[in-house]
Amino acid sequence: MRFDYHTRYRQGFALLKHPADWVNYGVLLAALLVVPLVASNYFVGELSYVLILCVASLGLMTLSGFTGQISLGHASFVAIGAYGHAWLLAHGVPFILALPLAALISAGAGLVVGIPAIRVSGLYLAMVTLAFSIVVEQVIGMWRGVTGGFMGMLVETPSIAGISLGSPKVFYYLCLLVVVLVLLALANLLRSGIGRAFTGVRDSEAAAYALGIEVKRMKVGAFGLSAGITGLAGALMAHHIGYLTPDAFTLLLSLDLVLMVVIGGMGSLRGAILGAVLISMLPNGVALLKDVLPQSMARQSGLEIFVAGAVLAFFVLFEPTGLNGRWMKIRALLENFPLYRRDTFRRQKAYMKSERNR
Amino acid sequence: MSPALELFAQLTVNGIAVGAIYALVAMGVVLIHKATEVLNFAHGDLLVLSAFSAWALIAGAGMPFWLVLPLVAAGLGVLAYGMDALIVRRIAGQPQFAGVMLTIALAFMLRGLVQMIFGTDSQSYDTPWTGGSVQLFGVTIADLSLVIMAVVFLIAALLWVFFRKTRLGIAMQAASQNQLAAHLNGVRVKRLNSLVWALAGVTAAIAGIFLAPLTLVDTALWLITLKALAAIVLGGFGSLPGAVLGGILIGLIEQYAGVYLPDGFKDIAAYLVLIVVLILKPNGLMGDAHGRRV
Repeated sequence: MRFDYHTRYRQGFALLKHPADWVNYGVLLAALLVVPLVASNYFVGELSYVLILCVASLGLMTLSGFTGQISLGHASFVAIGAYGHAWLLAHGVPFILALPLAALISAGAGLVVGIPAIRVSGLYLAMVTLAFSIVVEQVIGMWRGVTGGFMGMLVETPSIAGISLGSPKVFYYLCLLVVVLVLLALANLLRSGIGRAFTGVRDSEAAAYALGIEVKRMKVGAFGLSAGITGLAGALMAHHIGYLTPDAFTLLLSLDLVLMVVIGGMGSLRGAILGAVLISMLPNGVALLKDVLPQSMARQSGLEIFVAGAVLAFFVLFEPTGLNGRWMKIRALLENFPLYRRDTFRRQKAYMKSERNR
Repeated sequence: MSPALELFAQLTVNGIAVGAIYALVAMGVVLIHKATEVLNFAHGDLLVLSAFSAWALIAGAGMPFWLVLPLVAAGLGVLAYGMDALIVRRIAGQPQFAGVMLTIALAFMLRGLVQMIFGTDSQSYDTPWTGGSVQLFGVTIADLSLVIMAVVFLIAALLWVFFRKTRLGIAMQAASQNQLAAHLNGVRVKRLNSLVWALAGVTAAIAGIFLAPLTLVDTALWLITLKALAAIVLGGFGSLPGAVLGGILIGLIEQYAGVYLPDGFKDIAAYLVLIVVLILKPNGLMGDAHGRRV
């Protein structure tokens, strides 16, 4: 059992709360570093994809989980990042520069979309972002000069200091580096004043405003930051796909990203990672399921989307805090073993509250 | 009439015909949102389900159209009632986002089921009006479009009477304005909400059965929910007459954009309208203004 006995003020917002966590995360990182040495190229490639989705999921979590703004159109930022990166590479910008520049372009687009967020919130914002992503998809399809239109666009394979990124193992290490950097940056940002301002805006705009937080700036800023991180994921995604077409960034990708943050658990970085891992594993899980099911059911194509919906419904109904919440419960159970009380995490009875007049 | 004017008239008629369908879908979404504050993203998939069921019954089982229409509408009504009573009701009191996620989940499940049961191929079936058309002042109107317009305006009128004149409709209004107060006055709020879902399910079924012969019976039909959202926003969120007006305006804008604006605008016109309206006039054309409560 572990106790939070803080003897110094700064311990209250340390990067990791317990010394044991440093060991745990260190072991995890070491394991991830060793994987390419023992695993096959195919597996490493799939793992890189999971890591890319983790970055995108972290981007959306910054916005939805921490600032409380719903976005149903984050695939558009993935697309902007991917196309921006590919375009910069095609015009001779070195990879090291193109990656952050792509993130910046995407962040710029995020700032533009964030401006309506000042005026609209909740469902309305969800609809604005949804509409924006459809518009972006069409624009990419029509803007042949830059994006290659519906025909698609080839992504060049760059090399850093003589090492080609074409090798899955090199690419894996790049993705891992980006994930770790983004995670560290976000963890540090969120325990700073800005991070607390984000949370304040999420929990009560009026209270945050009364405390002197510039709500508008925080909202737009969160949008830009989130779009930038998601764009970074897009740039990596461009290399993973290799050939960009508009149908890689449809509404379904947006919904997948939302699925990740909701299933992972709103308002936790760990949740974003867990959600991304679960959702990217889902197709493999369904493939396993198909082996068990009778032939007539296994051949159907709708099974995958049905399972995704069922998993989402299950989490919304029975575990609203997501995988992260479940993780906390299991940890509490293990740590306090004979003394676990279910009521620790019990929700109070809730009544219908109108959000109409917010 | 000059050719330019004739084209305009034809576009207007087509726009109203398409817009009538948007209006019908939008009304279904507004009904549920007004009653339960859940924005139903599964509405489009209810519509797809009804279109496929109608196809299976008409083209597969050879049943007459007039039998299939009430059958599918009743079936969808029961299904929607069950969806609320068994699933959606449980999340009352949680943030709005939970409702969005739950209906998206239901939409995925419905879409998966439709694909598993009916396959992924596009289908088509005939109605009693397929193929016929009338000439009016040089404008060609398909019989089916005329029927659709009539049906939509009939449903809108029925809903208006229902909400103004009947006990049940007034109880629904009361429940949507203040659930607790309605409950204290003896209105059975939970059952009413499920009934509203059933009503919306019936409108979805009718929309699906009439829309599918115009296009094709396909799972991509669910995208019409997004057009309906644009219609709802344009009309003013939570207003039934607004939904009808918005739907028809969106239909018109799309038709005009397809001809008078450059290539590619037709597909995104509705969404551009949605973004612009939400930024400039979030209350829409017929919505009522709300203050912000701290």
